[in-house]
Amino acid sequence: MVRRLGLVPYEEAIELQQEVVEQRQRDEIPDTVLLLRHPPIITVGSRGDLKDVLMPGDIPVVETKRGGQVTYHGPDQLVAWAIMRVTDLHKHLRFLEQVVIDVLQSYGLKGERVEGRTGVWVGGNKICAIGVRASRWVTSHGLALNVGPDLSAFERIVPCGITDAGVTSLNQELGHTPPDPEARFEAILLSTVDC
Amino acid sequence: MTDVIMPQMGESIAEGTIVKWFKEVGQPVKKDEPLFEMSTDKVDAEIPSPGEGVLLEILVGPGTTVDVGKVVGRIGVAGTAPSGGQQSTVDSRQEKTAPARELVAAAAPARTNSHGVASVEELRRVRSSPLVRKIAAEHGVDLARVGPGTGISGRVTKTDIMAFLEKGPSVQEAPAQAPVTVPARFFHTPTPGQKFEPFSPMREKIAEHMVMSQAISAHVCTFFEVDMTRVARLRSKHRAAYESKGVKLTFTPFVMKAAIDALLEFPILNSSIVDKKVYYHPNVNLGLAVALDWGLIVPVVHKAEEKSLLGLTRSLADLAERARIKKLAPEEVAGGTFTITNPGIYGSLIGTPVINQPQVAILGMGAVTKRAVVTEEDAIAIRHMVYMALSFDHRIIDGATADKFMSRVKATLQEFPESAM
Repeated sequence: MVRRLGLVPYEEAIELQQEVVEQRQRDEIPDTVLLLRHPPIITVGSRGDLKDVLMPGDIPVVETKRGGQVTYHGPDQLVAWAIMRVTDLHKHLRFLEQVVIDVLQSYGLKGERVEGRTGVWVGGNKICAIGVRASRWVTSHGLALNVGPDLSAFERIVPCGITDAGVTSLNQELGHTPPDPEARFEAILLSTVDC
Repeated sequence: MTDVIMPQMGESIAEGTIVKWFKEVGQPVKKDEPLFEMSTDKVDAEIPSPGEGVLLEILVGPGTTVDVGKVVGRIGVAGTAPSGGQQSTVDSRQEKTAPARELVAAAAPARTNSHGVASVEELRRVRSSPLVRKIAAEHGVDLARVGPGTGISGRVTKTDIMAFLEKGPSVQEAPAQAPVTVPARFFHTPTPGQKFEPFSPMREKIAEHMVMSQAISAHVCTFFEVDMTRVARLRSKHRAAYESKGVKLTFTPFVMKAAIDALLEFPILNSSIVDKKVYYHPNVNLGLAVALDWGLIVPVVHKAEEKSLLGLTRSLADLAERARIKKLAPEEVAGGTFTITNPGIYGSLIGTPVINQPQVAILGMGAVTKRAVVTEEDAIAIRHMVYMALSFDHRIIDGATADKFMSRVKATLQEFPESAM
């Protein structure tokens, strides 16, 4: 099941996600993917270091219960939170990467994996960040794919603790922002997995 | 007492870091209650308690990375002394060799929904004496875990359960981590070093779809032999003209055209079944199975009935090419209403295709080969022949309809109008 939620403030989305996770843990619902966007926010994962939040300015900073370090979310991103029952968490990461790689490919872009650096990369720059939590074998959180042009906020942080690579977006790679990337993402997701 | 071990979170994950314990030593803990949190580079996971009791000791503290299978804590009855003298020591070096028994315990699903296991469990529970059941209940032991007893039909005796209780924790309560939702049906013990390959998402999808289709539809297959000599001649004659327009003319577009005409005449073959209702599709969206090095994909020519033979040839070449370079848009593999598959390109004479759900029929063509044939005039002639198979869903399509459809396909191919070129 895919639920498109639109623009949802981070804290509100976290509460909603928690409900969905609990429902999934009780097997009341099938695997579910939430597609959403957040107003600008900097999130610090369990392995994050506040010193990687360089100059947040007026962007709120929150700690969050997911794997990974520091990242930025904004309305120019597509965020997909996958609430799925899994048996192999690394496979789940590779699955999330593959969906993004397939989406990129449908736009004619070559998304790549970088050994030891979970996420999806285009031409050496990160286009998609991934961070996951699992509780009783049900996953939550997921991925953030950069879609629109506004990447400036990434300069306020050290994304994922990586200092030697930049970030990019669909807009930057294609020269325009594709219409309704969520529909594309949903179609490819559903062609890959039942949810 | 129950060992708490670092669980296997994934095939390629060899170690994990303890982030924090949700319980302190001495606190009670219920089975499946979150006990500690672990983390690997991009994943955090809450690990549920493998048993019920009191957290007796924490062997690995927060911030320490340990191998999968290592005992990180112990749970037991309040007041019990932890076994072994290394109470609360945190030493990650010694743990590189996790005892094999614990690794096995980590991998073995303790609870499965498999019917076989349930019935054995039931058998032992029912057949054990009330005394044995009482002892088991008092110690929180599941009799199914005691294993086959020495009593009649594997019944667990008092001696068995007392011996079991004395043996100690790890056997008594194997920590269960991996929930198994689908019971394994086949068992295979890999030989050392034997290669294996996990399913790709595409393979998983294909496997699931094939089994589902066989379960949903009442597959029946009918076979026809078609004389393709006229088509072969038309193909030779017009091949150059098509090539000058940039496309290679094969037999497949002719078969597509013949199938489209027949589908328009027998619309039930161009339908779907939903909730005991037949939905007729207004257009023929023709799926074409394309073999890939890494699997199989079925791109769709939408509104195929609006296309000329040249248009079909172009669409076929374009979709097959883009399928091979993974450049198909999602909408181009969706919405098919009927499918054609061509195992003949690999030399197969005939096959029995599996219906591409939620469609109701699929046409397979074998290799076109020259054969000696007895003609209408009782002469023996060399003709281009092909076998065709139609798998159809007998829930709504009866044999007579399927065969009329195939007769129509056959007639169109044998009398293919040159005007359609």
